[in-house]
Amino acid sequence: MPALLSHRLAVPLVIALVVVALSFALPSNFYLRVAALVWISALAVIGLNLLMGYAGQVSLGHAGFFGLGAYAVAVLPAQFALHPLLAALVGAVICGLIAFVVGRPILKLKGHYLAVATLGFGILIAMAISNEAWLTGGPDGMPVSRMTLFGWRARGAETWYWITGGLLVVGAWIAVNLVASPTGRALRALHDSEVAARVAGIDVARYKVRVFVISAVYASVAGSALALVNGFVTPETANFMHSIELVTMVVVGGMGSILGSVAGAAILVVLPQVLTAFHEYEHMLLGLMMMVIMIVLRSGIVPSLAALIQRRRK
Amino acid sequence: MSILAVQDIGIAFGGVRAVDNVSFTAETGQVFSIIGPNGAGKTTLFNLVSGVYRPKTGQVRLDGAEVTTLEPNRLAERGLSRTFQNLQVFFRMSARENVMVGRHLKEKRGLLAHLLALPSTLAQNRESAEIADTLLARVGLADYADTPASSMPYGALKRLEIARALAADPKVLLLDEPAAGCNPVETEEIERLIRTIADDGVAVVLVEHDMKLVMRISDRVLVLDQGRVLAEGPGAEIRSNPKVIEAYLGTHGTREANLALD
Amino acid sequence: MPEFLQFSVSGLTVGAVYALVALGFTIIYNASDVVNFAQGEFVMIGGMATVFLTAAGIPLPVAALMAIAAAMAVGLALHRLAIEPARGASPVTLIIITIGASIFLRGLGQVVFDKQFHSLPSFSGDTPIRFGGAAILPQSFWVLAGAGIIVLALWAFFNRTLLGKAVLATAANRLAARLVGINTSFVVGFSFVVSAAIGAIAGILVTPITLTSYDIGTLLALKGFAAAMLGGMGNPLGAIVGGLAVGLLEAFGAGYLSSTYKDAIAFIVILGVLFVMPGGLFGRASVERV
Repeated sequence: MPALLSHRLAVPLVIALVVVALSFALPSNFYLRVAALVWISALAVIGLNLLMGYAGQVSLGHAGFFGLGAYAVAVLPAQFALHPLLAALVGAVICGLIAFVVGRPILKLKGHYLAVATLGFGILIAMAISNEAWLTGGPDGMPVSRMTLFGWRARGAETWYWITGGLLVVGAWIAVNLVASPTGRALRALHDSEVAARVAGIDVARYKVRVFVISAVYASVAGSALALVNGFVTPETANFMHSIELVTMVVVGGMGSILGSVAGAAILVVLPQVLTAFHEYEHMLLGLMMMVIMIVLRSGIVPSLAALIQRRRK
Repeated sequence: MSILAVQDIGIAFGGVRAVDNVSFTAETGQVFSIIGPNGAGKTTLFNLVSGVYRPKTGQVRLDGAEVTTLEPNRLAERGLSRTFQNLQVFFRMSARENVMVGRHLKEKRGLLAHLLALPSTLAQNRESAEIADTLLARVGLADYADTPASSMPYGALKRLEIARALAADPKVLLLDEPAAGCNPVETEEIERLIRTIADDGVAVVLVEHDMKLVMRISDRVLVLDQGRVLAEGPGAEIRSNPKVIEAYLGTHGTREANLALD
Repeated sequence: MPEFLQFSVSGLTVGAVYALVALGFTIIYNASDVVNFAQGEFVMIGGMATVFLTAAGIPLPVAALMAIAAAMAVGLALHRLAIEPARGASPVTLIIITIGASIFLRGLGQVVFDKQFHSLPSFSGDTPIRFGGAAILPQSFWVLAGAGIIVLALWAFFNRTLLGKAVLATAANRLAARLVGINTSFVVGFSFVVSAAIGAIAGILVTPITLTSYDIGTLLALKGFAAAMLGGMGNPLGAIVGGLAVGLLEAFGAGYLSSTYKDAIAFIVILGVLFVMPGGLFGRASVERV
């Protein structure tokens, strides 16, 4: 059993099982919608976790890529009559290219300096989105046309539940593949000791850019999915608070844990929904729970719980 | 022609010449040791040769080619590898994975194949893991293969770094105090290991404080004092060199001098 | 020229607030390596508490002092209840805790105060002072003078008092500080209290100009953090210069280029500076030790 659990494909399989099992357990379309939002956030968080948790490079601007992906499926079909899927693809390519170009100078920075540079970069994207109203509808956002595939219109909570759930499983599968590959080992190595990684022949700058591009593409695809599910985009998808939220999901779930990414996304998507019942105490409770979780499970939910269970066994 | 030739190399930190006009050569199949009191500039010299620091003067030639300003990863491509005095282990990885990282340059590095876990990548992973296991066995760490590096003892980590460096099939291997903090049994194992590495056709450059080890194992010895070369030659010549004795007596007292002369 | 002067004064005024927030970041960071993203909430508490206390009939100076005391109590509670229990956790875990604290305090502000914008009457009237063609609000002088006095007081404290030196020693080397008998936990708690007081004072001084509400802290923390990094993290002089620079960049950017992109201009400059000086303006180039 433990050997089975440590297999590379265990994590995407577990996620697939959860997606399937929940589809039976969730009582109404409202819950299916919330679950779809969890899958979308989890996808972006997995990408960010590859950058932060595995390669050790922080980004406080990832909502910028998320927002670009979201606006790609809003703007490109409206302006150039592009099919939404093609628009999402173009969005992902654009995000990858931007990450490739800005990655090299930005990722030379370390620690808090990297944080502030990515923060500034994200803010520039968010500002362009909310200020270029002629293209993006400005602060009010803009509608996203429905996606049709061979005459079939993708709509309804259940349809999107399965589409986003499928995307998440594929995203998790690609992520575990990467982590277990020579590239993944190079990324984890440069996280622990850049100088030792360089001596081992790893072109550290190049690998940092690689993972930055990959995580940007994850964020972009997740953004596109969100826009299509909601049928609407607003500049909030790209703003600073959303970047912070993504980072928080990574850390709460557990740095360097793919399963943790899903857990972190689930908690920070579901919790605010639950807490709306407490009206004006909503933010207090959210902040309080974030603090308590991080104090009690300081390595993040999944790694901390895994360590606890292991200790229990011994 | 020597595989590694260092000529008139030097660097200064805040006006202090940490390494000053040092020259030496290392030969394939031999052990070349660098000794000297603490602060003599031994580790700094390693950092200059391995591209971690950029020298202010002088040049480094590796296998005949000038490599003075190359990054460490470019030097690794040309066959230079090293270990570190204060450990630079990948603590979040298992012992096996640490050594697999050492295989990096020999691995297939197509990103798309990695993302999709194509058969070529899986085969590559298996091959690297097998080589890593062989190397772990060679340095006596076979039992630790699946252990996270963070829970391995100090002496084992020293050898783990050697295994990782060997994974790159280096032509030149710089070892920075591999026996520091090791007990006599471990030290003996390391001595045997270094000898076999050299016998396999690697030029080993060694920085070490254990004088007995140095004198037993080295083909040639260089003595560094305050960043300068004090003496260079075969071990027997070095231990009878009056300048060397004086330096050791002056800075470290009789105990270490006796050790050196033992 | 009058325009230039006008922009300079408004830039310096806002910049002084950023500088104080950045200084708060720096003090806590130096003592504990924690980047406290709840720093902006201290500014909010200072302004909002003063507004509500004066509205309850308490004279402004007393209300201001009470607000500062409230912020200091919150700072102490933050350290004792959230930072201290997580001692030894990774820096990123601690950052998320302070982000949680920031959300919590914002929620608390919303419950204790309200969700409206509030202002305070200017301390010495609203008649602009004409100077070289520019009209300068008297309150700007209060902000600048207040920031100047805080900086001088901090300088004297760190260089002239035993406690200040203990804080500096802790910042330089925590283990060594403990070995010579400094209670580093107390020092860290103290740094939270001092930072809270600085933030609250900034909030009180600037509220007559910029207004305040329960959620102003986020943006201030963001700008203060950026300013601290521009100057070089951990360097108090860098924090002050960084804060003033960000304020000036915003004011000139908004005045001469585009008001919608004023934040963008500040961040473009910050990115440019960091590309050339990866340790900020006053950061030292570090040699990798291996």
